[in-house]
Amino acid sequence: MTTATKTIRLALVAGVALAFGAGAVQAETLRLLTWGGYAPDAVVKMFKAETGIDVEVTKSNNEEMIAKLRATGGGGFDLAQPSQDRVTGAQSEHNIYKPIDLSKIDSAKFITSMLEATKGNTTLDGKVYGVPHIWGTSGLVLDRSKAGSVKDYTDLCGDAVKGKVSYRLKRPTLIGFAFAMGMDPFAAYGDKAKYQEVMNKVEAKLIDCKANVKAYWTGGDALLNLLRSGEVVAAMAWDTGGWKLNKDNANITFVAPKSGALGWIDTFALPRKTKAEDAAYKWINFVMQPKIAAMITASAGNFTASKGADAFAEDALKKRFQDSFPQEAIDNIKWYPPVPAGLEDIEGKVLDRVKAAK
Amino acid sequence: MKKRLGFYLLLAPLLLWLFGLIIVPHIDMFFLSLQEKLGPGDYQTSLANYAAFFNEPLYWNTFARTAIMSILATMITLLIAFPVSYYIAKLAQGRIRAVLFTLCLLPFWVSELVRTFGWMILLRETGVLSHLLQWTGLAGQPVEMLYNDATIMVGLVYTSMLFMVVPLVTTLDSLDNAHVEAGYDLGGNGWSVLREIVIPHAMPGIVSGSIVVFMLCLGNYLTPILLGGKSSLWFTEQIYDQFITRFNWEQGSAFGFLLLILSSAIVWTGLRLTGQNLSSTMGDGGER
Amino acid sequence: MNDSTDQAPALECRDIVRTFGKFKAVDHVSFSVPEGSFFSILGPSGCGKTTILRMAAGFLEPDSGDIYIKGKSMLGVGPNKRPVNMVFQHLALFPMMNVADNIGYGLRRRGVAKAEIAVRVKAVLERIGLADSGAKRISQLSGGQKQRIAIARCLVLEPDVLLLDEPLGALDLKLREHMKVELKKLQNDFGTTFVYITHDQSEALVMSDQVAVMNKGVFEQVGSAQELYYHPDTAFVAGFVGDSNRWRGRIDAADASSVKLTTADGLSFAATPPKAGGLGAGGEVDIFVRPESVQIARAEADVQAMDNRLQGRVESVLFNGANSRVLVREPRSGGEIDVALPQTGAFHELRKGEDIWLGWGKDQAKCFAAGEAG
Ligand SMILES: Nc1ncnc2c1ncn2[C@@H]1O[C@H](COP(=O)(O)OP(=O)(O)OP(=O)(O)O)[C@@H](O)[C@H]1O
Ligand SMILES: [Mg+2]
Repeated sequence: MTTATKTIRLALVAGVALAFGAGAVQAETLRLLTWGGYAPDAVVKMFKAETGIDVEVTKSNNEEMIAKLRATGGGGFDLAQPSQDRVTGAQSEHNIYKPIDLSKIDSAKFITSMLEATKGNTTLDGKVYGVPHIWGTSGLVLDRSKAGSVKDYTDLCGDAVKGKVSYRLKRPTLIGFAFAMGMDPFAAYGDKAKYQEVMNKVEAKLIDCKANVKAYWTGGDALLNLLRSGEVVAAMAWDTGGWKLNKDNANITFVAPKSGALGWIDTFALPRKTKAEDAAYKWINFVMQPKIAAMITASAGNFTASKGADAFAEDALKKRFQDSFPQEAIDNIKWYPPVPAGLEDIEGKVLDRVKAAK
Repeated sequence: MKKRLGFYLLLAPLLLWLFGLIIVPHIDMFFLSLQEKLGPGDYQTSLANYAAFFNEPLYWNTFARTAIMSILATMITLLIAFPVSYYIAKLAQGRIRAVLFTLCLLPFWVSELVRTFGWMILLRETGVLSHLLQWTGLAGQPVEMLYNDATIMVGLVYTSMLFMVVPLVTTLDSLDNAHVEAGYDLGGNGWSVLREIVIPHAMPGIVSGSIVVFMLCLGNYLTPILLGGKSSLWFTEQIYDQFITRFNWEQGSAFGFLLLILSSAIVWTGLRLTGQNLSSTMGDGGER
Repeated sequence: MNDSTDQAPALECRDIVRTFGKFKAVDHVSFSVPEGSFFSILGPSGCGKTTILRMAAGFLEPDSGDIYIKGKSMLGVGPNKRPVNMVFQHLALFPMMNVADNIGYGLRRRGVAKAEIAVRVKAVLERIGLADSGAKRISQLSGGQKQRIAIARCLVLEPDVLLLDEPLGALDLKLREHMKVELKKLQNDFGTTFVYITHDQSEALVMSDQVAVMNKGVFEQVGSAQELYYHPDTAFVAGFVGDSNRWRGRIDAADASSVKLTTADGLSFAATPPKAGGLGAGGEVDIFVRPESVQIARAEADVQAMDNRLQGRVESVLFNGANSRVLVREPRSGGEIDVALPQTGAFHELRKGEDIWLGWGKDQAKCFAAGEAG
């Protein structure tokens, strides 16, 4: 956004605020720390119409969410949406969340299995810190006409796709390669020495594979451009990216790797110093309504934990999902378990060395 | 008495700004950097975070690489900006002058992200330049011009241009044409007039421009990340990683502090090598 | 100068023209400056003086015409290759160098050895009386000292011609008077050819061997100070150089040696026509009479023999020693006449309101076709 339009918007906002006078000042606000696409404008407007509550959306990612809440000791936001595997680690180390009062959650609106799984994964000292909202996977995005040989992450290092491969230098890559190499990194989560061993092997593989990589992608848009232009034919990425490209080019789509796609669930969690707890629960129950959930699916590209929302989802999206995920692929999804504190350091050093390697 | 009060009132915002936004956070950062993390929630005071920088070659290699690339970018920016500024200050008249100045400003009308994406569109394998080269027959196949250090350099120089041109134009503007003419009249040629008259006069501008550009390059994040290649490391990326992805604020603070100290040391060395000092650059600028 | 002598003039301009856009700044100007002389160009602001000098120095090329230095054409020769140096209007001393480095700059450019430079810089500093100033910064010098350094910086290079663009313009009156004498002395000492431009006639008249009076891009007259003062060729020169009383009138009768005219107020005068002649009855003319040419008398009988006589009343007496003046009001025209008091002191008791007689010979009244005058 240019400064000019920013200024115009600011002026508009200021003008509107003045026009509504005292009423606007007193209106309740929900400060939501979330991901891009999770709180589309239309839904925010509907929520405001129904409850009178304004939603102030801040877009972020797992790491920044934790950093932001850590900086304020769990303040500044009323509701956050970290992935389920990043809740308990951050909570035990930085104490940034408060437990969820499950009695205020309309559990009938959730897919039961998913709700139970998330509750389990976000429980610390007997208290539940998260309920599920949106889930998705990461795996392979391929141009099937040019990278038919790629079935798993390790195939990205094959000669067939030399120089036309891209992945991120981030932890999902490490985990994915570990699975593809026949190891189980999640099983090693509890044992740092063992995890280090797993990571060492992955490090060697990634350094070996470096010549094959065109660029380590850093932003979703950059990756989509690489795939769209054909400069990259195989990449490790999120499912939604693949489906987005599929709309324009039928050859490109998301493929679940042989060793299993990595599954993540983004949750709702309450920052410890939340100032609008009631509004937060209202928002959770509001967006879990099947129709609303379908709107969010349309905007974010991923499916939600809302029971019955599938019925309202766009057919094309359902079709893409089914193409990418035959039943056995769904069964093979590796769901991220909670990350114990301290693994980031091991992973960080591995990633540094991969990047520095010639 | 009244005058005094006015003086302090004028000084107050500056002091508040210096103290509240610069000194206090740095003190905070300094103490944080002295905390060594033993386990979750368990810290002790030590220099371990600083030791980590010097013991891990990756870290100081990254810093050295960042510093060298920044110095190089500063020099290239200076080499390009000097003739441009000279033209704007001394040769261009009226309209053309304004147009040229605006051209230098142009990159700043869009955000850094958009600007960097612009370069990506131009330089990528399937980008404008690559197509142009193939179309003219200069290249037989697509050429990848992204993802290497030269691209970073292009991005840094492009972003820094204005910050070099403005101080240079200002100092060159104040150069009396008669001095240049006298230089020629007394037997000088283009090169000696440049060396003995124009450059010494422009030195304050050269130094302040170079300091600003060097610091901007050193602190740049997006350009090296987006345009850089697979092995391109940048120190600010390290700091970001420590703070954000590794939750290691203590290490990040130590890096931040080291960046401050080492970059100050480099600037100081640069000033010594060119025989300048900060007060003559920022202050009265010597006699005119 | 004539070309038959083997000594070519130090500087010669032949028919040079220079325009800026449609504006003719220098319009067919020719002159030559003999070796070792002090040549001034005198003219009002904007008449094209600096333009001529810059062409001589090589910063501007003439549109047409040619410039010779010591007999060699300078067309296409860069300013750094010409054996001339220039003292700029604001001196243009280099602030980042000290005095010695300023003076040594040109020698360094010529590749003179360091030790030799030091010796020559010291020598020239001594000659201008600033022997101890070598290490000083430019900002530590007084106005007059800067002046001398700027000239020394050029003279150390022993140029064939030194060009000076109103170098005294920035100084206060007293210092200017002093520097006038100083400059002339420097020129004598070094024996260098000086081409000096100014709009101050006293500078030009005091220092110069030859003065060119310039107006609107053309040279009106070139000559010694005396020639310009006593024998102006044009109305502009007569008006611009020195003080004059001036009347405009119509010619009643004219011949080769005298002109009779009547002003609009009915005053009749006799005057000398210009050498070029060309004045006829009925034509409009200006006459110029210098204050010191006017005789003053208490009785009409004392001025009876003069070609021109007027009666008037003393308006004011401006006593200034040897330069004392009296302003006399002429009743018929109401005009004021400027008259120099005789140095004998004969009229020192003159008072305001006294009636007196004025008279001057027709050879003291210079007559020119009416037009624009300085
Ligand atoms: N570079 C130029 N471009 C356009 N016109 C110019 C330029 N230089 C001089 N002129 C014009 O030419 C005329 C003569 O200028 P010049 O500088 O020679 O005057 P000058 O006699 O030196 O006056 P002064 O005594 O004020 O210095 C002026 O009318 C000036 O406006
Ligand atoms: Mg002039």
